[in-house]
Amino acid sequence: MLYIRKNSFAPFSAFHRWIAKMRNQQKIVVIVFLAIPLLMLFLFTYYPFAKMVQFSFYDMQYLGPRTFVGAQNYIDVFSRNDILSSLKLIFYYLAASLVQMALALFFATILSFKTRGKNFFKGIIFFPYLVCGIAVGFIFKFFFTHGYVFDTILSWVGFHINSLPYWLKDTSVNNICLAGTSVWRYLGQNMVLIIGAIMSVDTNLYEAAEIDGANAWNKFLHVILPSIKTIIVLSLILSVSGSISAFEPPYVITSGTFGTATYFVLMDQIAHTAQKVGLASAMAVVLMGIIILVTVAQQTVSKIFLEEGKDGMTFMERRIHNRRRGSDPSGKGEGLPI
Amino acid sequence: MKKKYFSKENFFRVVLTFLKYALLCLTSFIAIAPLYAVAVTAFKTPQEYQTTNVMTLPGAFYLGNFKQAWQKAHMGLAFFNSIIVLVTVLVGFTLLSSMLAYVLSRFKFLGNGLIRNLFLLAALIPGVAMQVTVYNIMYQLNLINTLVGYIILMLGTDVVSVYIFIQYFYNLPISLDESAILDGCTYFGVFFKILLPLLRPAIITCMILKGVSTYNEYYMANLYLQDKQALQVVSTSLYTFTGPLGSQYNLICAGVIIVTLPAVIAFVLFQKQIYSGLTAGAVKG
Repeated sequence: MLYIRKNSFAPFSAFHRWIAKMRNQQKIVVIVFLAIPLLMLFLFTYYPFAKMVQFSFYDMQYLGPRTFVGAQNYIDVFSRNDILSSLKLIFYYLAASLVQMALALFFATILSFKTRGKNFFKGIIFFPYLVCGIAVGFIFKFFFTHGYVFDTILSWVGFHINSLPYWLKDTSVNNICLAGTSVWRYLGQNMVLIIGAIMSVDTNLYEAAEIDGANAWNKFLHVILPSIKTIIVLSLILSVSGSISAFEPPYVITSGTFGTATYFVLMDQIAHTAQKVGLASAMAVVLMGIIILVTVAQQTVSKIFLEEGKDGMTFMERRIHNRRRGSDPSGKGEGLPI
Repeated sequence: MKKKYFSKENFFRVVLTFLKYALLCLTSFIAIAPLYAVAVTAFKTPQEYQTTNVMTLPGAFYLGNFKQAWQKAHMGLAFFNSIIVLVTVLVGFTLLSSMLAYVLSRFKFLGNGLIRNLFLLAALIPGVAMQVTVYNIMYQLNLINTLVGYIILMLGTDVVSVYIFIQYFYNLPISLDESAILDGCTYFGVFFKILLPLLRPAIITCMILKGVSTYNEYYMANLYLQDKQALQVVSTSLYTFTGPLGSQYNLICAGVIIVTLPAVIAFVLFQKQIYSGLTAGAVKG
């Protein structure tokens, strides 16, 4: 050990000798490598977060005087009509993400098996994910303009242009259209994720199922679905927080006009156009609270349904199993079926 | 045994196969139609644009729209700025997150788990919500309307890449580090000379993911690079086409095509890495 140290570090000074001690060197590496990421994490995430909580109790602009208003901003969040009506839009995006999930699951399953040109289809369905968000905005402004792309396509299948609504202005359809663009953009990404999960399924399982005489539907139900349930539950719950924080489609396509302002679009306007920083901060804090709640719920749910214990059963499966055997909570005794 | 061609099973199989391809084609059509219409319109002369339907093909490939869009939106400058941002962000980001992952995966020290959780928790906070106060901080640091400020913001390590790197580090045997240390290498040397070159697949994956998201990022660019003349990047250059130019869709479409073209090229070149990067990012849970 001594020999190595002498050779490799040529101890010129006390500092070099200090460096040469491996323990100290480890400390230096840890400190140097962590310094910048941690500094940035605190400066751009945790410090602003603390500031945001602080701002949410003030009536203030970016510049100028601040007055402490207590919980007034929070009361406003739950009583202002525009904010409350923006919360209703969550359901459009939630529905869209459920549709997206179902479609992604469907196409991922199809494309994981023998299909001609599957890379071609996969590529085409995936590509919209790579289009720049602001370009997506222009593409769909163009797409939905009266008498343009969408109306032309509909006229091919027999609709008359005059009978069609203004897709982005008519409040009965515009939110559906906007949520639809988000399906357009993210379906492929979701699908690629699920394909990845299906690919990681042991191929022996398929063969075993085939020997047992399983058809395609059985294979899907009993081999694929259990193997990818983690990612499905995860995406479902992510889609909840995603719907709550829906932002891009209305921001780039309609700028939140005609009743399309989601919670975040409204928050952005309140913060940067109206400069009501306090109220915007309160909105952000409320939303983060909701998202953290959803995530905690996710952790609990996945613990109950997905995490397997020592016996290879999830909490839920064990419950069902025990109940069938006559409610023995320990699962050890031979309970009698009633 | 003679094979029956018109059995019930065969009939169902044919119908199902037909349905499968019909659905695939329909979905592909929906995915492509908006882009197709944009591409077609971009190649139309102003006259054709006025008189023909948006879905009909142009008579000839007219490139005037591209030229005009390029000049009106100052896209040369935008691409120049975007390249500066991309290069610095990718280099800095790769170094920062791989160093972070190296420390977190190779060393046991007090707070290792805490730091991981801090980064995970940070990922939960939606970025748009933070900008209300980040804007305030950037203002105090005099970093608004500077490319440097924007680059620093974009450098923020995101959890997904750190976890991709951490997973990759776990796959590299620790005996590699140990033997290098015994041969007299420092820990810095181990990281830069031995591990970093071995990380290449993970680096490529993360770079592509980060590259795509940096190139496409426009919300923060819009917020922090307000000097639209000198500091615009590719995504914000499209904003030129709002306002008075907002209904000249032949120009807008040309602009959209110019901005999307690099994404097409990247997709064709790195298709595999993009897919695997996405999948690797999702596994971390």
